[in-house]
Amino acid sequence: MGIRFVLLVNKQGQTRLAQYYEYLTLDERRALEGEIVRKCLARTEHQCSFVEHRNYKVVYRRYASLFFLVGVDNDENELAILEFIHLLVETMDRHFGNVCELDIMFHLEKAHFMLEEMVMNGCIVETNKQNILAPIQLMDKAS
Amino acid sequence: MNPFSSGTRLRDMIRAIRACKTAAEERAVVRKECAAIRAAISENDQDYRHRNLAKLMFIHMLGYPTHFGQMECLKLIASADFPEKRIGYLGLMLLLDERQEVLMLVTNSLKQDLNHSNQYIVGLALCALGNICSAEMARDLAPEVERLLQSRDPNIKKKAALCSIRIIRKVPDLAENFMGPASALLKEKHHGVLIAGVQLCTDLCKASTEALQYLRKNCTDGSIRILRDVSNSPYAPEYDISGITDPFLHIRVLKLMRMFGQGDADASEYMNDILAQVATKTESNKNAGNAILYECVETIMGIEATSGLRVLAINILGRFLSNRDNNIRYVALNMLMKAVAVDAQAVQRHRSTILECVKDSDASIRKRALELVYLLVNETNVKPLTKELVDYLEVSEQDFKGDLTAKICSIIEKYSPDKLWYIDQMLKVLSEAGNYVKDDVWHALIVVVSNASDLQGYTVRSLYRAFQTSLEQETLVRVAVWCIGEYGEMLVNNVGVLDGEEPITVTESDAVDVVEAALKHHSSDITTRAMSLIALLKLSSRFPPITERIREIITLEKGSLLLELQQRSIEFHAIIQKHQNIKSSLLERMPVLDESTYVKKKVGSSDGTLSANKTSQRATSGTSVNIPNGVGKQPAAPLADLLDLSSDDAPVSSSSATDFLNDLLGVDLTSQSSSGVVSTGNADILMDLLSIGTSPVQNDLLSPDISSTHNHISSVAASEKIPPVSSTPSTVKGVALETKSPQAHAPLPVLDLLDGLSNMSFSDENLLFPSITAFQSSGLKMTFSFTKQPEKPQVTQIKATFTNLSSNMYTDFLFQAAVPKFVQLHLDPASSNILPASGNGSITQSLSLTNTQHGQKALAMRFRIAYKVNNQDMLEQGQVNNFPPGL
Repeated sequence: MGIRFVLLVNKQGQTRLAQYYEYLTLDERRALEGEIVRKCLARTEHQCSFVEHRNYKVVYRRYASLFFLVGVDNDENELAILEFIHLLVETMDRHFGNVCELDIMFHLEKAHFMLEEMVMNGCIVETNKQNILAPIQLMDKAS
Repeated sequence: MNPFSSGTRLRDMIRAIRACKTAAEERAVVRKECAAIRAAISENDQDYRHRNLAKLMFIHMLGYPTHFGQMECLKLIASADFPEKRIGYLGLMLLLDERQEVLMLVTNSLKQDLNHSNQYIVGLALCALGNICSAEMARDLAPEVERLLQSRDPNIKKKAALCSIRIIRKVPDLAENFMGPASALLKEKHHGVLIAGVQLCTDLCKASTEALQYLRKNCTDGSIRILRDVSNSPYAPEYDISGITDPFLHIRVLKLMRMFGQGDADASEYMNDILAQVATKTESNKNAGNAILYECVETIMGIEATSGLRVLAINILGRFLSNRDNNIRYVALNMLMKAVAVDAQAVQRHRSTILECVKDSDASIRKRALELVYLLVNETNVKPLTKELVDYLEVSEQDFKGDLTAKICSIIEKYSPDKLWYIDQMLKVLSEAGNYVKDDVWHALIVVVSNASDLQGYTVRSLYRAFQTSLEQETLVRVAVWCIGEYGEMLVNNVGVLDGEEPITVTESDAVDVVEAALKHHSSDITTRAMSLIALLKLSSRFPPITERIREIITLEKGSLLLELQQRSIEFHAIIQKHQNIKSSLLERMPVLDESTYVKKKVGSSDGTLSANKTSQRATSGTSVNIPNGVGKQPAAPLADLLDLSSDDAPVSSSSATDFLNDLLGVDLTSQSSSGVVSTGNADILMDLLSIGTSPVQNDLLSPDISSTHNHISSVAASEKIPPVSSTPSTVKGVALETKSPQAHAPLPVLDLLDGLSNMSFSDENLLFPSITAFQSSGLKMTFSFTKQPEKPQVTQIKATFTNLSSNMYTDFLFQAAVPKFVQLHLDPASSNILPASGNGSITQSLSLTNTQHGQKALAMRFRIAYKVNNQDMLEQGQVNNFPPGL
């Protein structure tokens, strides 16, 4: 399946976006988020961007005050996921213009729309920023 | 309009939540919002449905329950307005999952939207289906998705392809329908379609070998072409990532090629050129390039590549390993683990670098490196590698010690060239990180020591020294205490001094001091203390002059709050005090422990439960002193206690036993105290007696029997409210559970009593019954054969035979059964709890069933079989309904 979940967390460890591609109960999700965030936030910059947690590998990357965490299967290419995170951030940047935590909070649905265009069922569908943003821009124009 | 729902806008709610300083405030805000949304839902508010759902998604993200909004999603999806539909679909994907029944309701809307003329709506429906569809939906909607795969619009095509992946995962039978369209997708130009098509092909290959063969034949060329095109393509701004065009597509295609090339020399042959090109030409100064190189190396390792190509791949990894970027080093270590299987020699060249990585400051890298080092160990390098690792153990971080210790112990056990080295290394590990050592490891050490008669003196002296400095390392203490108990005189008399061993003077009372310290140390747990008591007892016969002191130490424990310790100390005290004549023979040194049986036991031993620990400890650690009572007794399983009518002590874990009974019977016996459980069992049996006793024939004969032979049952039962005697006989309950202890008293005598009573009313029947296969799964078969005594038609003896149909050995095999209330069941102990693989032997177990309604109702049985395969718990359960008629 590749990607199991995508999480956006701020420096305080508050979740700002969560998308799961496999079923977890609410309690499991809260526990998982808590554990992973604790693990990742404690790491320093010169440690590698991969953390093994339970049966996942978490690839994370920090942009200013936001952490992007992606949980993947063990046989996924970790470096490619790092690139994917960067692509996601660039796409958000292009839409929001220098994206920040508040943009994502107040436009949660748009952030989800973008992610939805990029990843489906844990697989990457589209990597072209223009194609990803086209439906969202169309909707913006219409309203 | 509802006064609540008009309230806050989404923005305001988010602001309010952000302003919360504490979690409690946040909960209050969320509770208020949820109440408003519920109110709006119950009023069927249309205007704010959209906004409410957006709020719910935010609340969901924060981790609060939002199930009440699920129906709203469905309503929004059905809406004609695009933004409403959009948010409805998003809600569907976030708030629902495939396990909810609500989801079935959405199938129809999805079907409509899949056939919609607007490509965005079709895209939405595909996306939702791809993210959450269940097996039933997959079956219903697969034809629509197949059709959309042929669509002209690339955006629909790519989503349909990914949707197909989900469908195939849910219903693998459908794979063949998608093989043709999938291979067609690889001829497209649009990158989105290509990447989706490549992933679909990869998944098809995983789903069925048929698809793999088909796609390998038809698409190997296609995949090579995609890779060549994308890696040679000129600058494409929309797909460019640091100078490389679409690394994601690169990586997906390389993965697909790995599927094709695996175990197929021809396909691999085709790929050689392009793989060599990618491996040599890709820029390695940026992350994107490295990601491709990494994937390329994995593909080269995975397929039947030429040796030249493999050398190229290993060299890339070597370069990665010396990279300064931790991410790159991490993936290099990861990859080298896979490379070990292909070319161990080449990986060995990097051994020193890898060993450095074990000491890295980064936990992720350390973990990977440790696993890799473990794979690299062999007979020739075990000594230097172990030394490095043990040295590092001293300085490593606490949370890494567990992993490190387990690996070191495993290396030592596997590759030790001689026993002296083994013992030396184990002692080092025990004194460094004894608290992290698993039970089976130190058990194994004791077995080895017991077998190495020439090293026992050396070992016990080394342990004595180590004990002085590492008193808080639990397992070291246990081994030391055991060895001092067994070989105390070797410690004192310096028996078997090795060359180069430092002489040491230990008096008898020094040895006792050590054991006493272990007994009294605050960190010692019950096992250690129990072992110390035995060691003291043994020393009392080894060192007669200080018996009196030992007796005093043992006496102190008589007041222990721990039953186990108290019992031991009382018993041991009695041995020292009253049984001088048998003491010396009782406390002889343990016979040499048999290594082969230990290895077998290790496979079969279940760790974790207290009773199992106790048993194995007794078996291995020298408690086989045959003390007349108490210690020699096997701990009876709590379940046995439950049915054991004459047992005085209440079952310890009665609550779990109750649950278990509930499970087994499917009956709800909520919250009963331990005594309650026991007495229920008794009362049931009594009721059984009484209900049968109502038959006018033998009433008077029965009652004295009960009161004389089982008067304590009736006393218990009397305190219970027993339903009137006229209650139906079906209140009889028969539960029998597997008991390991032979002296567990199942209610058999009572049954026999009944048998004698009712048998006159039935005539003899045909007593030959065919054997049946009561249960068969892919890995296990259970057959029943029946015998019946002509004079007891309602009693059936069943011989159950279990056969292992898989190629793995089953351990900890446990069969349990439950029967309807009108049947009584008695289970004898099984012949073994280990079931060898592939039908090479079987386990037999006899059961005796008493059908109290013989001739009226047929037998039925539920059962549960638990066992372990490769230490993984397995559980089979089911019902036997095919008993031959007339039982």
